[in-house]
Amino acid sequence: MMKIKDYIPIVGKFIVDDLRILAEKLKSKKIQHVNSTAVGGGVAEILNRMVPLLKELGVETRWDVIKGGSKFFDVTKKFHNALHGKDEGLTADDFEVFLETGRRNEQEMDIWGDIVFIHDPQPITLINKRTDNKWLWRCHVDVSSPDPTVWKFLQDFIFRYDSAIFSAPSFSRQLPIRQFLIAPSIDPLSDKNKELSQETVDATFRKYEVPRDKPIITQISRFDRLKDPVGVIKTYKQVKKHIDSRLVLAGGTASDDPEGQQVLDEVREEAQKDPDIHILLLPQNDIEINALQAGSDVILQKSLKEGFGLTISEALWKAKPVVASNVGGIPLQVKHGYSGLLCNSVEGAAYSIKQLLSNTAYAKKLGENGKEHVRNNFLLTRHLRDYMLVFLSLYHPEDIVCL
Amino acid sequence: MNAQIKAKEPFKFYTRMILPELTGLKADNLEQLLKILKEVSPSAIYHHTHRFLQQHQHLAPEPPNDFAYWVTEVLGEYRLGEKLASIDTVEFSTIEALRVNIVSAIEKYLKENPAAGSRTAHRGEEFYFVKSISFIFPTKHTARDRDEFVDELKKVTISSIYFHVFEARLRLGKGNNDFSFWISTSVGDKAAADKISKLDPYAYTLEDLRMKIIALITERTKK
Repeated sequence: MMKIKDYIPIVGKFIVDDLRILAEKLKSKKIQHVNSTAVGGGVAEILNRMVPLLKELGVETRWDVIKGGSKFFDVTKKFHNALHGKDEGLTADDFEVFLETGRRNEQEMDIWGDIVFIHDPQPITLINKRTDNKWLWRCHVDVSSPDPTVWKFLQDFIFRYDSAIFSAPSFSRQLPIRQFLIAPSIDPLSDKNKELSQETVDATFRKYEVPRDKPIITQISRFDRLKDPVGVIKTYKQVKKHIDSRLVLAGGTASDDPEGQQVLDEVREEAQKDPDIHILLLPQNDIEINALQAGSDVILQKSLKEGFGLTISEALWKAKPVVASNVGGIPLQVKHGYSGLLCNSVEGAAYSIKQLLSNTAYAKKLGENGKEHVRNNFLLTRHLRDYMLVFLSLYHPEDIVCL
Repeated sequence: MNAQIKAKEPFKFYTRMILPELTGLKADNLEQLLKILKEVSPSAIYHHTHRFLQQHQHLAPEPPNDFAYWVTEVLGEYRLGEKLASIDTVEFSTIEALRVNIVSAIEKYLKENPAAGSRTAHRGEEFYFVKSISFIFPTKHTARDRDEFVDELKKVTISSIYFHVFEARLRLGKGNNDFSFWISTSVGDKAAADKISKLDPYAYTLEDLRMKIIALITERTKK
């Protein structure tokens, strides 16, 4: 387990000192995080790293997970898609399944935090247990153009929280509660992001039988339609007309995502057994994901919608050139032509990949700029600082807070 | 000047951390931008004119403000973008004065180019207004004379320098940076204080600014 001092060589002593100052101000507060899955997906990944560090800093913190059956997670997956703007045809029964599971969790879960920090819509109804404590709702998804029915349903709960947190300015709208902008983060010391030996990288490519005889384009993401894996293959086919290369499309599925297998089948069909397209259904193995990113020539993230897109920061941290869709939180990480290239279509993505594969010096410069941008803005230490500032803001409504 | 002259009051270094608060307000053309600019919280004007200083601290100086960037890159109004980017923030001692200047630059441009008012940003590229919430904390660093001041200035975070130079002057409305005020009133070295006041802090990266202020004070100490 990493200690807070382990981050000093990466971000500097000053940043860690700031965290200690903040933690001191929160010594008397108890923080309770609640989400819907302990494994898989960005939220669980961040909490796994963040909770121990908050504890080490002296902020009493616990992380609880709600319970739900497959029906509940089918509905919350529909909610997830609907919040991204897709018409999911939700029925009254769907909403009842959601509320019923909510009621069961309200009965079973002990709420003990001075600050209760609810992640995403799944546990949102726990606000019914509000007493005189403070409640935060953290939205990790892109809600820039949500299905109005689902938004209206959730809104009635959201308005009862003290504050909400979104990952990008475009997700905000006028709300009667305070709302803060906090980007998620990557942990530079995690297995997924630490520097690997060349031997480990080579071994991973060997294990998955991906020869490194030509440039490798990689997208790492769950097999989820919103990540547009079929669009990734279409993009690759356009690139391959001009540049002989390989495509690695690698990911797993989260335990709260029932759609994964279906999407995987669609992807395999689109790939049509092209031996240069490597579709890898990975177990949860962060070292291998790290190695695949580190050994690739271009990292692609062709999402149609994106809560934030942490795979971008992961790739940039490895100083890799990135081509990514101009959606959600991605433009916060990729400044077009400076820390990567943004695209809006299959054609645009293919054009950008060709540019990077043909101009290696340019690609290298973008990757280096990207790494510094991530160091300053998207590492776990910045995320910890922002969360502690939000905790303090719950007790200080003013714009300039003197502590 | 004798560097060991004890100050009447010690200088206490503070630091500050910023949390961005979303306002939910957005503009998709110049007319809307102007309307919101006139009414929005001063903390939003401050955010959009100072955000780049910290978020892109490793870059070259002269960071653009968000208004200039959006007007140029999204609306394609290059002439107005240049006008907004060249507003000399250091000339203003209050946010309100800075707001008036930005507003009048846009109004003047719209008068000369009425068609520009309704040119619309693509969906997803609207201007979203964000406020900076500042949390100000005392640090353990204090100085009782200029030598100590230089020593501590080498040790404090760039956020501390940022606070005393930018935030204290403009956001807390003190009209001058804290360093100049202390060196002038407590140490009595008005010449060094004036030199620091005359610096354009927006023309430096924060680390370069630290080195420049240290150099100015050390140079005076040698004399």
